[in-house]
Amino acid sequence: MRRRSLLAGAVAATPVLATGCSGGGDSPDGSGGRTVLRYGMWDPLQVPGMRKIAKAFEAEHPEISVKIEVTPFDAYWTTLKTAMRGGSAPDVFWMNAVNIQLYASNGVLRPLDEFIERDGFDMGVHPGELVGMYSYGGERYAMPKDFDTIGLWYNKELFDRAGVPYPDDTWTWDTLRDAAAELTDPSRGVHGITGEMWRQYTYYNTIPQAGGYVIRDGRSGFDDPRTIEGLRLWTDMIDRGWSPSQSAMTDTRGRQLYLSERTAMNYDLSAMASQMYASPAIRDHGGVAVLPRGRERATTIHGLANAISGKSPRAGAAWEFVKFMGSRRAAEIQAREGVTISSYAGTQDIWVKSMPEFELRHFIDMLDYAVPYPASKYTAAWENLQTQLLGRPWTGKGGIEEAARTLARQMNLALEQEK
Amino acid sequence: MAVFPSTAAAQAAGRTGRRTRKATGRGPGRTQRSAYLFIAPIALGFLVFYLWPLLQTFYFSFTSFGVFGGNTWVGGENYQRVVQDVTVGRALLNTLVYMAMGLVTLPVAIVLADLMNRPGLRGVSVYRALYFLPFITLPTAVGLVWNWLYNGDFGMVNEALSVIGVDGRYWVSDPSTAVYAIGTVMVWSQVGYYLIIFIAGIKAIPRDYYEAAQLDGAGPVRRFFRITLPLLSPSIFFASVICVINSLQQFDLIYVMMSPVNPALGSTQSIVTLFYKWAFEENSQGGAAALAFLLMLLIAGLTYLQFRFQKRWVHYA
Repeated sequence: MRRRSLLAGAVAATPVLATGCSGGGDSPDGSGGRTVLRYGMWDPLQVPGMRKIAKAFEAEHPEISVKIEVTPFDAYWTTLKTAMRGGSAPDVFWMNAVNIQLYASNGVLRPLDEFIERDGFDMGVHPGELVGMYSYGGERYAMPKDFDTIGLWYNKELFDRAGVPYPDDTWTWDTLRDAAAELTDPSRGVHGITGEMWRQYTYYNTIPQAGGYVIRDGRSGFDDPRTIEGLRLWTDMIDRGWSPSQSAMTDTRGRQLYLSERTAMNYDLSAMASQMYASPAIRDHGGVAVLPRGRERATTIHGLANAISGKSPRAGAAWEFVKFMGSRRAAEIQAREGVTISSYAGTQDIWVKSMPEFELRHFIDMLDYAVPYPASKYTAAWENLQTQLLGRPWTGKGGIEEAARTLARQMNLALEQEK
Repeated sequence: MAVFPSTAAAQAAGRTGRRTRKATGRGPGRTQRSAYLFIAPIALGFLVFYLWPLLQTFYFSFTSFGVFGGNTWVGGENYQRVVQDVTVGRALLNTLVYMAMGLVTLPVAIVLADLMNRPGLRGVSVYRALYFLPFITLPTAVGLVWNWLYNGDFGMVNEALSVIGVDGRYWVSDPSTAVYAIGTVMVWSQVGYYLIIFIAGIKAIPRDYYEAAQLDGAGPVRRFFRITLPLLSPSIFFASVICVINSLQQFDLIYVMMSPVNPALGSTQSIVTLFYKWAFEENSQGGAAALAFLLMLLIAGLTYLQFRFQKRWVHYA
C-alpha cells in the first residue's frame, strides 16, 4: 500500500514540476503588468551594448521590459533547439547564417513580412546580402543586426624590413604570392602569410575571387575547377613554406601569430579590430587593406540577426523590440560599443572612427562586392566534411584537387539528405 | 566506490536475503518491505534517469528525429548508416586505441602502488596526493594545459626534447601522433585513481605471507609476482572493468584538445565524440541514438567477457 501511495505521489508531483518549468516565462510576472520579453544571445562582450539598447527601448515602450539571457556559443544552439521543443525558448534571439534555413524551414520562427508591411519598415537600410541571407521561401525571418567582412591585416614593420610596399587595392593574387615569398624569413621564424583552413577567413573568400562557388542550387561547387583554384592558392603557399601548415596553425592560430608578429599578413574578421587595437604593437604598426583580387573581387559577408520565436505568445511586443533593434538609434548605440559593425546603413562611420590608426573603412568599402556566407538547411553537416577532408592537403599531404572532388561527392550526398 | 565487487559482501547479502525469506514465510515480510523502501530512491532514480531514457533512445534509433519535434519511423535506416559510414569504423578503431592505452595504465599503477607500499618509504601521502591530483582536476583544464605543453612551436614537450637533440612535432595536430598524444594524457590523468585502488588492495594483503616467503628465500621480484599480483587480482579485475568502460566513453579530453580545424580531428574521434557531432552539430539524433546503442552493446559485451574469464585469473582469497 505504501509503495502505491509513494508512486501516486511521484506521479502527482510531475505535472507540478512541468508547469514550474514552462510557467516561468509565460506570465507577465510581478513587474507591474508589463510584458517581459526574453532575449537570447551568446556573446558576453556584447552584453553591455545590448543592455544599453534594451534600456533605450524600455524608455520608448514603458509597457515592455527586456530580459537578456546569455548562453555561451558552444551550448547556444543545443539549448535553443531543446528549448524550442519544450516551448521555453526566448521570445527574441540571435540567429546566424548557418542555422537560419534549418529554423525557418521547420516553421519555428515567426515570419516578419506581415509586420514589415504593416509598419512600412524599410529593410533597404540593411545590406541586401544580409536580408537575403535571412529570407527563406520568399519570407523574411530575421532582422539584420551587424555584419562582418574579411580584410587583409598586415604588419607594417615586417613589410618595411623586407622592403615590400604595403598592400592596397591594386593588389592581385600574384602580388599577394610575391609578397608572401619575400616576407617569409625562416631565420626569424616569420611567415609571409597565415592561410588557415578556416572557411570564413580564407577559402570562402578566394573561391568566389577565382570565379568558383561553394554551393549553388543545392549542389556542391567543390569539384568546380575554379573553386579548386581558390583552395589551391592557400595549399600552394603552405607547400612553398610561405604559410605555416595547418598543424602549426592549429597549435597556434593565425590570429595569435599575427598578434605576436610572427606573420606579416593574415586574413581576418572586421570584428577582430578591437582585439587588434588592444595590442600596442599592432595598434602602432598594424594595418588593414581590401582583399587582393583574383579573377574577381570578393569578400565574405556574414552578420547576425534577431529572430522571433514562432511559439512566442508575445509576438507583437517582440516585433516592436526587433524593429527597434533594426533602427538607426540601436545601431548607433551598438556601433559606439566598438564590438561589431552595425548593419544599418550610415552608422558604420562611428565604428570606423573609433580606431583611427587602422583604416577600417576598407571593411565597409568591400560591401560593394561582398558574397554572402554560403549555407543550406543542414549547413553544419557539410561544413564538418570540409575540415575532415581538407586537413591533409592543408598539411602538405596529398593533392588539393582529389580532396576537393571527394569533398564535393560527400557534400552532395549530405545535400541529398536535406530533401 | 560503491561498485566494488566485494564478493564476500554480496554473498553475505544473499545469505541474509534467503534467511529473511525463510523467517517470514510467504509474501513480503516486514524486513523485506523496509528493504524495498531503502532501495526505492536508487531504484526510482534508475528507472527515471537510466531505464526510461534507455528505452527512449532505443525507440529514437529507429526514427528520423525532428529537430524541433515530430519524429518519423524509418526502421533500420539509422543502423544501416552506422554500418556503412566509414567515419564510424574509424571512430571505433580510435576508441579501441584509447582502450588499449587505458589498459596500459593498470600495470603502471600496480608497480607504482607496490613501490609506495615499500616499508619505510617517507612521504607516501604526498606522493599519493600528487598522483591523485590529475584525476580530480577538471578534464577541461587538463586538456587546455596539455595542449600548451604539446604546442609544436612553443610547447614545453618539444623544448625538453630539443635539449636531447630530438626534433619534436605538432603532437596533437599531426594525424599520426594525435591519438597517442591524447591517450597519454588520459593515462596520466587516470593513473592516480587506479593507484589508490591498488594501494588499498596491497594493504589488505597480510604481511605474514611476505615474511614467510622471505624466510623461504624469495626475492622482491618473486614476492611481487607470486604474492602481490595473485592476491591483488580482485582489485585488478575491478580496475580493468572500470578502465575498459571509461576508455570506451572517452569524450571530454578529445573535445577540449581537438579544435574544429585540427587536421587530425578524424584520426582522434571516438565513438562518443562522433555521437556528439551527429546529435548536436549535424541534427541527426536518430543516427546518434543508433550509435549510442552500438556503443552500449560493445561495452556490455566486453564487460560480460571480462566477467566470464575472470575465473581464469582472479583469486578471491
